[in-house]
Amino acid sequence: MSISREDVLHVAKLARLALSEEEISLFTVQLGDILNHAAAACALDTEGVPPTAHPVPIAHLLREDEPRPSLARGLVLEEAPAVEADRFRVPRILDET
Amino acid sequence: MSAVASDPCVDYEAVIGLEVHAELKTKTKMFCGCRNEFGAKPNTNVCPVCLGLPGALPVTNRKAIELAVRFGAAVDAKIGRAVFHRKNYFYPDMPKDFQITQYDEPINAGGKVEILDAGALHTIHLTRAHLEEDTGKSQHQGVSGRIHDATSTLIDYNRAGVPLLEIVSEPDIRTPDQAKQYVNELRAVLGFLDISDVKMEEGSMRVDANVSVRPVGAEAFGVKVEVKNMNSVRSLVRALTYEIERQTVVYREGGRIVQETRHWEEEDGRTHSMRSKEEAADYRYFPEPDLVPITLDQAWIEAISAEVPGVFPSRRAVQLAEQYGFDLDRVASVVYTPGLCDWVEAEIAIGADPLRSLNWASQEVMAHLNETGGEVAGLALSKGVFADLSSLIDDGTLSKKLAREVLTEVLVSGKSPRTVVSEKGLAQISDESELERIVAEVIGANPETIEKIRAGNKKVVGFLVGQVMKATKGAANPEAVHRLIDSRL
Repeated sequence: MSISREDVLHVAKLARLALSEEEISLFTVQLGDILNHAAAACALDTEGVPPTAHPVPIAHLLREDEPRPSLARGLVLEEAPAVEADRFRVPRILDET
Repeated sequence: MSAVASDPCVDYEAVIGLEVHAELKTKTKMFCGCRNEFGAKPNTNVCPVCLGLPGALPVTNRKAIELAVRFGAAVDAKIGRAVFHRKNYFYPDMPKDFQITQYDEPINAGGKVEILDAGALHTIHLTRAHLEEDTGKSQHQGVSGRIHDATSTLIDYNRAGVPLLEIVSEPDIRTPDQAKQYVNELRAVLGFLDISDVKMEEGSMRVDANVSVRPVGAEAFGVKVEVKNMNSVRSLVRALTYEIERQTVVYREGGRIVQETRHWEEEDGRTHSMRSKEEAADYRYFPEPDLVPITLDQAWIEAISAEVPGVFPSRRAVQLAEQYGFDLDRVASVVYTPGLCDWVEAEIAIGADPLRSLNWASQEVMAHLNETGGEVAGLALSKGVFADLSSLIDDGTLSKKLAREVLTEVLVSGKSPRTVVSEKGLAQISDESELERIVAEVIGANPETIEKIRAGNKKVVGFLVGQVMKATKGAANPEAVHRLIDSRL
């Protein structure tokens, strides 16, 4: 199983990563290796084996609906690149129309 | 597309599916202990989990699961094992860059909702009702405050991580009115079962629509468009009406519809194409590694199901209309208001006149609730208001008109009907001697009118009756007044 240069570019775009030419070539090989490793599992007979959603065999981990303290706002906004009116300020979301 | 011909004579029909998002009425968020509250100061209900800080781990809120199961039980869904997935996307309203949702194993699969359509029950099937977390709240900065010409966006993450139930319908809806009935039905059920606040204006219930049109009789669906940003049922109806017309015109003119998301703008009454920076949806769903699958204890599901009253407002309206011979539209106006129908039925059970009770509920009570913005549960009324009013009419104390005035006063003051009647002196004057005295006074005070009547002008009798009614503040029985005036002249 291999992946194409286009696959790598697509995934990089979705992940907002700007890759150099060397990185594109390198990751095409490396991601292909990872997929091949996982593909080995496909060779096994899994007839009648339910898909594993989680490797740990515990099912019920629920929390009671009781409030716990939140973070101080000053601390939270300190990490923001830009703040306005106690909110995180980010660049516009849609393209030019 | 072969299903859609560009023949101007072809009639088109709409195919609509709705996605209703309801914020669940929990104290805390879906995966952390931050408070779930509307209107808190921006960015005060946030923590490492809902801000997506490295190393933070989500833990599922039991109450959210319970509320989702309650809904599933009410709509007859298949309630089962649920697996949370990550839906990956870059959008600043989710600081984690993914949303935890359910994908191929939703907590509720299938189910149905019955709505009132053209005087009968009509079934809308559900695809699923799954749990997910809400996103942060964006405020677009710019001249218009709209997303299209925003210069920047401000974000409050208080809402990020609030539990949401996403209820997805099958494309069973054909008209804007059916869509409205469906949303009203869901809103009532979610409200009655205390699952959600269902306030569209506060965003605790939001509706997105998938809309396509096709020639009547065609089986294949047309290209669907997703319409967002409707903030009320009225907006939903307007947006659907606009979008159906827009698509129909495009096809009639031989054009084609592009699959896209469109934004409804209340101000200009149109839908606008949203051109997002995102590529075609590629959310790369995968099971959330930080959460284990939820397997529900069958006994717990059954216990929750047992608490769910199995009556939908639509079904209840039809039953009441049949049982008492009520007009279905009139009943429909009371069944969607929480507690109102229970109240009417309780009053009928202790002797209130059924039809009068229904009319009082749908007119005076609804008017009072609309005016005060209150709820039935908030009315501090003693039992038997309608029953008392009914007997006050039956024994001749009150006319129907006076009874309505008394009820309005009862709703405002919280006093009993009998107390209002005696305090306001509203009882209909049926004591003939008292009435005769007033009639004599009025006749004595209007000699010119009497002359006219004696001269054959019978029309002016009405003036005298009016004077008597005025003197008694409307408490006289008009028929008795007529009779007494006639006998005097």
